[in-house]
Amino acid sequence: MIDDLQSLMHGFAVALSLQNLGLMLLGITLGVIIGVLPGLGGANGVAILLPLTFSMAQTPGGQTSAIILLSCIYWGALFGGAITSILFNIPGEPWSVATTFDGYPLAQKGRAGHALTAAFTSSFVGAFVAVLLITFLAPVIANFALEFGPPEFFGVYLLTFCAFVGMSKEPPFKTIAAMMTGFALAAVGTDPVTGTLRLTFGSVRLLNGFDFLIAVIGLFGIGEILLTLEEGLAFKGASAKLNLKAVIETWRELPRYWLTSVRSSVVGCFMGIVPGGATPASFMSYGVARRFSKDGDKFGSGQLEGVVAPETAAHAAGTSALLPMLTLGVPGSPTAAVLLGGLLIWGLQPGPLLFVEQKDFVWGLIASMYLGNIAGLVVVLTCVPLFAAILRIPFSVIAPIIVVVCAIGAYTVHNAIFDVWMMVVFGVLGYVFKKLSYPLAPLVLAIVLGDSAEASFRQAMLISAGDMRVFFSNGLVGTLTGLALFLLFWPAISLAWAKIRRKPARR
Amino acid sequence: MSEGNGRPAFSVRAAELVVAALFIVLGGIVIFDSIRLGASWGADGPQPGYFPFYLGVIICVSSAITFGQALVMRKEKNGSFVDVEALRAVLSVLIPAAIYVALIGWIGIYVASALFVAAFMRWLGKYAWWKVAAVSIGNSVVFFLIFERWFLVPLPKGPLENLLGIA
Repeated sequence: MIDDLQSLMHGFAVALSLQNLGLMLLGITLGVIIGVLPGLGGANGVAILLPLTFSMAQTPGGQTSAIILLSCIYWGALFGGAITSILFNIPGEPWSVATTFDGYPLAQKGRAGHALTAAFTSSFVGAFVAVLLITFLAPVIANFALEFGPPEFFGVYLLTFCAFVGMSKEPPFKTIAAMMTGFALAAVGTDPVTGTLRLTFGSVRLLNGFDFLIAVIGLFGIGEILLTLEEGLAFKGASAKLNLKAVIETWRELPRYWLTSVRSSVVGCFMGIVPGGATPASFMSYGVARRFSKDGDKFGSGQLEGVVAPETAAHAAGTSALLPMLTLGVPGSPTAAVLLGGLLIWGLQPGPLLFVEQKDFVWGLIASMYLGNIAGLVVVLTCVPLFAAILRIPFSVIAPIIVVVCAIGAYTVHNAIFDVWMMVVFGVLGYVFKKLSYPLAPLVLAIVLGDSAEASFRQAMLISAGDMRVFFSNGLVGTLTGLALFLLFWPAISLAWAKIRRKPARR
Repeated sequence: MSEGNGRPAFSVRAAELVVAALFIVLGGIVIFDSIRLGASWGADGPQPGYFPFYLGVIICVSSAITFGQALVMRKEKNGSFVDVEALRAVLSVLIPAAIYVALIGWIGIYVASALFVAAFMRWLGKYAWWKVAAVSIGNSVVFFLIFERWFLVPLPKGPLENLLGIA
């Protein structure tokens, strides 16, 4: 514990350098813009900017600066989603959908400033709780995970992916199909163990497989633009004035909802660590708050509490998604997956050893989470009108520019025009998948984790000489596998349970 | 989404069936290639096709179930996947975007981007020509400065950049 605090203090020393503070502000600002624009979000925003950090990461200490820049873009995007939800009733990010329920009615009543302040402040609170959790829990988990062998790691991967099946709103068989497609895409190219070429069918282009960055830019970027276009967006928004009086009034009112904040933080942290993600966390937290609040029946008509709950949970989930990413190498959200991909490209191996071998990096990142969220709160509170102005740019101007940004982002990953074509293909896929409710997050996570999951599976199989019982060979791996199977069959279990309960009632 | 009053271009059921069928084809390809590489247990452990083989099987099985569910889908659930008008809007971006990507390799990303933004603004936004020119050219110049000058990331360039001597 004392050691950890010392490491954290050292981390602050790293993060507080002038260059890193500058990158923090730049990242937050870019992130908010990305969060506000339709078609650009946390995941693809970070993916597009990732290639720009390749050269930065090669300088000494540059890896820390690079992760600070990218993670601050993520925090910024989390903040930015709320602005469009409240002012325009358009969620800039999926996790801010629940914020529109009470945020937009508040704005229509002329209390936009109050809603925005409540959203930003509770985002900050949620993130802060999650960072505290990371600070104290991450070293413990990393230490524990040092003992993990291949079967345990495969157990963790299995749990991650089964959690998607058990917890997502999408139909379970579609979730499985999307996820396995991600694994299949990851398998394309050279087999990491034997070096055999797989699924390339003689094509030179496919030698290196599909890059998840291209998939993310296409699926989330181009796909989102196509969806937005179809809905025929016309931005009509409340005015974005945020004066000091509204801020202070809201801050006076907020402590009343402390219990909602606590509950939402818990829901958010939990959903972020098991890869439920920020979006279900925000909905769940909104639902919980409505049920427990004494003003529950007024939810939806413009209650501050209805803004506090989803925003706290979304930020707590988005932030705590980095906990399994850092300690186990298993990201809890698509954006965390992109950050993990970045770490791999910079030559860092995420997982328990990171805490031993790259102390500066890990603690610099954790310290930057504290500072980044404080900086974020200040930036969004002061610059709301500026960001809202971006949304007044007509869609026919901003849409082609976003497509251009995505194309440049896809090209810079490998300097290949073929990748830009792949981006367009993934864009169409993203559009169709979204409309047929095939989930995108497990697909992306599977592309990122495919090789590691396969490697740990094959190593475990080698150890046991092909005996599947290795996944139940000791208490730890048995619990992981058992829990994973429980989550995998959860949709079937809950369906059966509902049928059993309904039958006697009908008689 | 598109449950408007417009004429549907495809029904949800048709879209579900096509996508599930494509998944089954994909799963089939994966299985086929895995068997070619050997999907069983070799002398030195699992063969390269061991893991992908099961991926292919799971894709096929789960998509076959989705396919079946779509076949027996109740009528009231089988709405419009996309309206004709919405489809037109989507294609009005997708087709120019495809042309844009084709142009990148030929005339460079900066000129292609300027043309793409200009076409979009003129046809969909109906802006005056001077606004179209200002935004589209300005946008490419800004990107040129950011990538070529500040971040030193070279992007594809074409005849115009050669002519100007900045390639």
